[in-house]
Amino acid sequence: MREMIVSELTQAMEQLTRGFAHILPRIIVLVIIAFAGWVVAYFLKVFLRSILRLIKFDKLSESAGASALLTKAALPSATELLSRLVFWVAWLGFILLGVSVLGIFGLQEQIAKFFLFLPHLFVALCIMFFGLLAASFFSRAALLAAVNANLPSPRLLSVSIRFIIIIFVLSMVFEEVGVAEQTMLVAFGIAFGALMLGLAIAFGAGGKDLAQQFLEKKFGHGKKDEGKEDELSPL
Amino acid sequence: MAEVRLADESFLTDDFLRQLINVGEVDILVGVPTHNNAKTIGSIVEAIQAGILRFFPRERAAIINADGGSRDGTPELIVKAAIDDARGRSSKPYTLRTLHSISTQYSSSPARGTALQTILAAAELLRAKACAVISPDSTQITTDWLTTLLQPIYTEEFDLVLPTYSRHRSDGILLTNLLYPMTRALYGLKIREPYALDCAFSGRLGSQFLAQNAWHDETVRAGCETQFTLGAIAGEYRICQSFFGTKEHVPRGSADLVPAMRQTVGALFSSMEPNFSFWSTKTGSQSIPTTGAERECILEPLRVNRKRLREMFTTGIAELESVFQSILSPPTLAELQRIARPEEVRFRYSAELWVKTVYEFAAAYHKSVISRDHIIQALAPLFRGRAFTFLVENSNGSADDVEHNVEALCLEFERMKPYLLEIWNGGK
Repeated sequence: MREMIVSELTQAMEQLTRGFAHILPRIIVLVIIAFAGWVVAYFLKVFLRSILRLIKFDKLSESAGASALLTKAALPSATELLSRLVFWVAWLGFILLGVSVLGIFGLQEQIAKFFLFLPHLFVALCIMFFGLLAASFFSRAALLAAVNANLPSPRLLSVSIRFIIIIFVLSMVFEEVGVAEQTMLVAFGIAFGALMLGLAIAFGAGGKDLAQQFLEKKFGHGKKDEGKEDELSPL
Repeated sequence: MAEVRLADESFLTDDFLRQLINVGEVDILVGVPTHNNAKTIGSIVEAIQAGILRFFPRERAAIINADGGSRDGTPELIVKAAIDDARGRSSKPYTLRTLHSISTQYSSSPARGTALQTILAAAELLRAKACAVISPDSTQITTDWLTTLLQPIYTEEFDLVLPTYSRHRSDGILLTNLLYPMTRALYGLKIREPYALDCAFSGRLGSQFLAQNAWHDETVRAGCETQFTLGAIAGEYRICQSFFGTKEHVPRGSADLVPAMRQTVGALFSSMEPNFSFWSTKTGSQSIPTTGAERECILEPLRVNRKRLREMFTTGIAELESVFQSILSPPTLAELQRIARPEEVRFRYSAELWVKTVYEFAAAYHKSVISRDHIIQALAPLFRGRAFTFLVENSNGSADDVEHNVEALCLEFERMKPYLLEIWNGGK
């Protein structure tokens, strides 16, 4: 009985030693890959930060309105944030590459999925950034045009345009990353439709006189020149 | 020579090129850019024709019309103006040479830059010695205009002749409050009308501008007239100005201000970058040769809605705060917000604050803090505030008082030029 126990224990110890001897080199490879990954990711971060500073990315982000959002969320500057993101994505990628060397059943499939997801994440970030840039540009253009045309509530018009573009951009981003695609599509449809209906009702009910003035100015040739002589002749 | 240049002038139509080749070479070319000007073009072309026959009867001359897709028969009216001495038609005056009149449609919609580019290309192909550009809106044109414009180029070897006009004191406020004083402060020349729709230039200057200019640039195309003047100044060409009588008051709508600012202020701001080494060293200003009568200020009453100007200034300050924060320094913005307060009974946009505002806008344009076109648009409400002050200050003044106020503003622009240099490359 005693011999049997000793024999089983010895066998188990041998198996454990064999397993450990089998996995140890792989763990060492994982550590080496992770370390090499850290070095590569660090250099990538430094390189990207320099490039972004060179092209004045923070200024671009400021004009896109992204910097204001980051400040409100107590996050670092756009350059720093993007550099850190690249660092973590690159390092995580190396770590997962190292983990796949361990040969753990089922893990490799998940890692492959993660790598397939990365391009979608990158595209989503690009859509987000350029979408914010477009929202900022067009809302400012609308604001300036409305102020110079002496239209009522220019800021409301500008904010509405920004809101519509941001909603549109967010729905695209969620669709790209595959999060609640159907829900986002329906939500976008409802929000956009409600906004348009609201604007139509508001214009019809509240802006009756404004619409009349606009149409008279546009098509009422007899009255077209009235008031023009009250204007400034700049050149 | 004309054949050699054909490849470069690929934007000209084949038919137009053929007509130009048939003309050969000319001494004098008069360009008329048009778009639906049938009502006025007849009298203008008659005056041009009579001017050429009277003052340049022995010179080879051509009238070139660059049309932006007129649908009222404007080009046909100009082409009819051709005089062929071989036919000897009794209805036309006698000429020693054939007076060619050619029209080309450069586009189906008007574009001032392309019109000027077409006229410059035609002048180069025809190797014209002196060229004049006459606006189709210049209904006050007389036959004397031709000699006033072209003689300094043709006989006195000037390169650019710019007009001066007698204007109503409420007319051309953008010129008197920004374009003239700032051009003068930057480039050191007292040019009253840097934005000239009627002007004359030498073949040399025309070819240089045609070759050097970035015609694909939207800012250049929009403000080509101003760019042309500024290019001549920076190229140190010989410039003079001549008196052309009274500038007719053209009633405009508020929507005309932003395009006018793009054509003038946009062009002035964008010219500052390439010409930095030229203007940054200039101090003071000097007069340029001027011919003809003295220009004077017309004082007859003219309705201008001042209340609306002030309202639009106040609205602009309130609504565009976020835009101004990117462009103006905090003290300038704070001062503008102070004068825009409704409780501020005696509203006054002082010359010093106006100059500071304009210089900060110029520096912001240089640094592209936001879209450059947005910077120009954001200046429009502030200009309305300054226009209000200018109108109030000059409402009861004599012609001398108005001139004195404009001169004081010019000196303020010159005095504060070091501030512009300081902020040009530095912070706000």
